[in-house]
Parts: sequence; structure tokens; C-alpha cells
Amino acid sequence: MKKHLIAALMGATFMLPVAVNAADYVIDTQGAHASIQFSVSHLGYSFVVGRFNEFSGDFSFDAAKVADGKVNVKINTNSVDSNHAERDKHLRSADFLNTSKFPEASFTSTSIVDKGNNQFVINGDFTLNGVTKPLTIDAVAIGEGKDPWGGYRAGFTGTTSFAMKDFGVKMDLGPASANVELALVVEGVKQ
Amino acid sequence: MLKNTPTGYGLVTIMIHWLSAIAVIGLFSVGYWMVDLTYYSSWYQTAPHFHKSVGLLLLGLTLLRFVWRTISHAPSPLSNHQPWEKRAAKWAHTALYTLMLLIMCSGIMISTADGRDIWIFDWFAVPFPDAFIDDQADTAGVIHQYLAYSLMGLVVLHAAGAIKHHVIDKDNTLKRMLLPSRISK
Repeated sequence: MKKHLIAALMGATFMLPVAVNAADYVIDTQGAHASIQFSVSHLGYSFVVGRFNEFSGDFSFDAAKVADGKVNVKINTNSVDSNHAERDKHLRSADFLNTSKFPEASFTSTSIVDKGNNQFVINGDFTLNGVTKPLTIDAVAIGEGKDPWGGYRAGFTGTTSFAMKDFGVKMDLGPASANVELALVVEGVKQ
Repeated sequence: MLKNTPTGYGLVTIMIHWLSAIAVIGLFSVGYWMVDLTYYSSWYQTAPHFHKSVGLLLLGLTLLRFVWRTISHAPSPLSNHQPWEKRAAKWAHTALYTLMLLIMCSGIMISTADGRDIWIFDWFAVPFPDAFIDDQADTAGVIHQYLAYSLMGLVVLHAAGAIKHHVIDKDNTLKRMLLPSRISK
């Protein structure tokens, strides 16, 4: 028993550096220095803009080795907020996000391609409404450095878009409104 | 003529009763139909707007109805009614009122979960307080839906009772809700 415990501890010790590398930043949802905003055309005349208020995630990022980075984000789909109770109720229903059945959406990166000039492309798997499909996020590294409170932060923006139909959304808002634009602002605190 | 008498209903109660009946059945039908409208239906915006407008007017009418009941008491049940029939009718009437009020309140709680007002047609906006509970719109929506089905069940029961009295018992139960009482006392 004791031997097993020591072996496990030793194993854990060896694994520790790897574990830290895998997720060395936690997205600052606690302090709300991050947001996931969506935008859908309204009839082709304007846009409905909303947010997912609750999400969490982590990432690893090294400006010198961008391709080694990783991102994981989980979104509580029940937290959809377009600033209109009736519409949000509809968005949570089976016509759109089906949140009682699929309360979580997620994005997990599979590869990151450095485009230079602080720009890169994140390829990954996006799960929404129970459907998982590849999704590509265009990202920009905004800045990183020490914060005034003893921590170290790195921040990014990302944009992507997808067709609602591809993720099994039943409601048809018309051809002008088939796509959702996602705009992410992600600030991570180094652990 | 206007007020109820010990043996019959007055015109005011009769009018309120049938207006409410039309409103309840109309609201249910529109509600059942409008939730599946497509986005490009010309009714997509107007049907819910009318549904909410009529619903709020019915709430006002129902509150007036309660006031009127204290001023002009309901007549006694007909003497040929069995005790169980009287009990069942009383229970059904209380349940009808309770369900109507709960359905109207839950309906309001869907639309006002973000503190928005509800417009009665385009006449004026009625302000309501913000959400009382978490997930108010969703919770109130489920309550609104299932209580509406329950109300329709009771409406069928209520109407079946009236028809039974009219056709089988051949008494005045239904007639006195159609014709105002002429005894002016």
C-alpha cells in the first residue's frame, strides 16, 4: 500500500511540469475580463447581438512557440443573453440551443497555426446543441505582461462564424440570418 | 336586471361570463397556434402582441368580476341539484378562477422577466416588477403551458355540466346564464 502511494507520488511529481504546461493560463471569467459575444443578422437590416454570460476555460500560450498552444473553453448555454427575456427563452428552447438537453457547448483546439504579426489560426472541435464539428477561430494576440496585482496575464481576441443549420438549429431565420458570428475576448491569468 | 338576484344572474355577470369565455378560448387557441409560427409569418409579431393584450384585459376584467361578486352575490344553486353536483360545481368554479389567475400571472412573468413593460395593443404600456426567481421566463413558461391545458380540461367539464343540466335534467342552469334575471330584487 505504502509502496503504491510512493510510486504514485513519484509519478505525479514527474508529471507535474507537463500538467502545468498543458493549461498555464486560466481564462479570467472570475473578474470578467473575457467575453463570448454572438451576432446574428436581423432580416439583413441590422444585427442582434448577445452574449453567453457563463463560461470557463484555460489555455497554454508561448509567443515563441505558438503552435504548441492549446485552448479549452466550456460555455453554459443556459446563460445566453440577448437582453430580451422572451427571445432568450426562445433561444434556450428546442428551436435553437436546446439547453435543457445540451447545457454545455465547448471548444477544444486541435492545432494552432502561427500567421506571424501576432495573428494565428486556431483549429478545433466545437460542440453545440449536441453536434461536434471542426471550427476555425482567427485569433490575435493583443498583449501580455505583469498586472498591477502580482499576476501575469495574456489576452487575445478571436472571431469565427458558423451556420446554425450545421449545428442542428431547427428554427429558420431566413437566408440573411443563417450564420452566427462569434467574437471572443479572452484574457488569461498565468497559474 | 343588472345585478344578480337570489334566483338568477344579472346582465353584468352574464356579460362578464361570456366575454371571459370567449377570451379564455381565444387566448388558448391563439397561444397554442402562435408558438409554432415561422419567423416570416405575418403573425409572428402580432399574434403574441394580441395574446398579451387580451390576456391583460382579461386579468382586469377578472379582477372587476371579483369586485362585482362582492357587490352582487351569485344566486343560490337550483334546488333540484344534487349535493354532490353543488359541491362539484363550487369546486370547479374555484378551480377555474384559480387557474385563470395563475395562468395570467405566469404569462406576465414570462414577458417581464427582464423588467420590460407589456403593451396593451398600442394603447399604453403596463409596468411590472423585474424577475422574482431564477430562470423565471422558462419556469413561468412551463407553468403557463400546463395550467392552460388543465384549464381547458376544466372548461370542458364546466360546459359538460351546463349541457347535462340543460339536456338531461332539463333545468334552468344554462338558461339563467343566458338571460338576465327579471326579478328586480
